[in-house]
Amino acid sequence: MTSSTVDSARPAAAGRRRPATPPSGRRNGDPMAGYLFLSPWIVGMLLLTVGPMAASLYLSFTDYNLFTTPEWVGLDNYRRLVDDDRWLQSVRVTAGYVLLAVPLKLAAALAVAMLLNQRRRGQGFYRAAFYGPSLIGASVSVAIVWKALFSDDAVVDRLLSWVGLDSGGWVGNPDFSLLMLVLLAAWQFGAPMVIFLAGLKQVPAELYEAAEVDGAGRGRRFWSVTLPMISPVLFFNLLLETINSFQIFTSAYVIGGRNGSPAGSTLFYTVYLYDRGFTDFRMGYASAMAWMLLLGVGLVTAMLFRTARGWVHYSGDNR
Amino acid sequence: MTPASRTAGAATRRRRLGSVGWHLAAVALLAVILYPVVWVVSASFKPSGSIVGSLELFPQEPTLGNYQRAAEGMAGISVLRFFWNSAVLAVLAVVGTVASSALAGYAFARLRFRGRTVLFVLMISTLLLPFHVLIVPQYAVFQNLGLVDTYVPLLAGKFLAAEAFFVFLMVQFMRGIPHELDESARIDGAGPWGIFWHVVLPLSRPAMVTTAIFTFIWTWNDFLAPLIYLSTPDKYPLPLALQLYIDQTTLSDYGALMAMSMLALLPVIGFFLFFQRLLVDGVATSGLKG
Repeated sequence: MTSSTVDSARPAAAGRRRPATPPSGRRNGDPMAGYLFLSPWIVGMLLLTVGPMAASLYLSFTDYNLFTTPEWVGLDNYRRLVDDDRWLQSVRVTAGYVLLAVPLKLAAALAVAMLLNQRRRGQGFYRAAFYGPSLIGASVSVAIVWKALFSDDAVVDRLLSWVGLDSGGWVGNPDFSLLMLVLLAAWQFGAPMVIFLAGLKQVPAELYEAAEVDGAGRGRRFWSVTLPMISPVLFFNLLLETINSFQIFTSAYVIGGRNGSPAGSTLFYTVYLYDRGFTDFRMGYASAMAWMLLLGVGLVTAMLFRTARGWVHYSGDNR
Repeated sequence: MTPASRTAGAATRRRRLGSVGWHLAAVALLAVILYPVVWVVSASFKPSGSIVGSLELFPQEPTLGNYQRAAEGMAGISVLRFFWNSAVLAVLAVVGTVASSALAGYAFARLRFRGRTVLFVLMISTLLLPFHVLIVPQYAVFQNLGLVDTYVPLLAGKFLAAEAFFVFLMVQFMRGIPHELDESARIDGAGPWGIFWHVVLPLSRPAMVTTAIFTFIWTWNDFLAPLIYLSTPDKYPLPLALQLYIDQTTLSDYGALMAMSMLALLPVIGFFLFFQRLLVDGVATSGLKG
């Protein structure tokens, strides 16, 4: 299913399954119709995406507080970023989060998908139940519950103290607060799991049988058959989860507040951006931050695509 | 192809043991995953003072007091008001997103016009664009138009097909509708609009339903946009009201907070129980995420 996703990112190969286009352009009427149907989208694109992007790039070179006219300051905002300890902190927090949360979430998703990929009774029920948290995970409610579960002397703390570990609650402990948010992300493994499951179902059983005949054990079959066969799905999940993780906001804000308490340990990039832009009204600075985020996400995405050439295999008929 | 060397009896026993083990593992995992959900349900019925430290899953003296206090709301505003605000926002968002994404999807999937390819690539590329790059200028625009602290900034994007995911979903779905159907409609004299309205749209109901449900849930849960744009508490949707509640009570009344959290989750859980098959299949086939 992902390979079809990737395929259709290219424009539909014109008329592949249709007869040759009628010469007169009669195909679904006049050429203006397309623009008419697209007009809401075009207006939205110009007013809400392209326009704001241009404006944001411009504002990132200005001093702007929303109430006076923007004043051109050149690269000042960008220069200041590198000296801003809180910005550096937010980069560290976010990078650490992405590096921990994405692999953990994907590993959990894949492991459970493989468990559910066996033909068993009630599989549909398990699939739905594991997906559930993905729907509510980004809500304020769940962030509040999470905070309650990880507070001092609350459920998690007590369970840990039974096995002799005294964490003193994760909410107030800068060494653990980020991990708490990582676990919240991993808890929502359901969405990538469902996508993995769809990918696993596409792996031809003959491949496993052939591998078994060749004497491949479980681990060998996983590395040599499963992983290469689902690599497009893995790549899709990796890409989406990475991009989404960079943008974590709600749970971080609800749990850590505007300042990323405790001690800036949950000062995520987007939280700091919000704080700078919408509390301090330093819109130029926030715009520069936004562009650095775009640059960072773009770089990571490009890197993922580059390494993908080495490990993502599309079945032969696709390319 | 089971290896013939194995005797049938041993194989059956092994399979049965494997099945028991599998279900044990799945149920154990499920218990861990669903624990927070069960915990909050139970906590919302516990006396406020005994919530944080309590491990038991069934309240010893169940009480509805939390829900009573939650219903009173805050700052003199009833929780029903926040519920209503959330519902209005979510319903309008659904109408706007379904309509605008279907229009755009139809154009990309079924019509041919100059520049379609370029525009389609542009649409796809916005899938990966972080929202944060846009919020500062978007805010400035809405502020200049005097629309801050109204629902317009929260809904404009929905009516203008700004959620590329759903446009893409429509495109994918509408491409699969047989072209013979519009041929015959065209012979009957239907133009592009007639074909859209009478042929493609009715057949696209599954894509529209998926879009509607996800839009509802995402809008219901959305926090950042209302946080930025709304400043009058009686316009707040539930998530923002919850945050206000935390700020005001500094967590002294955990019980009411849990009850309010439950109330905020209820519609989402309801949708999930009702449409779980569709939601899960929607994720599997389109790559939508939760």
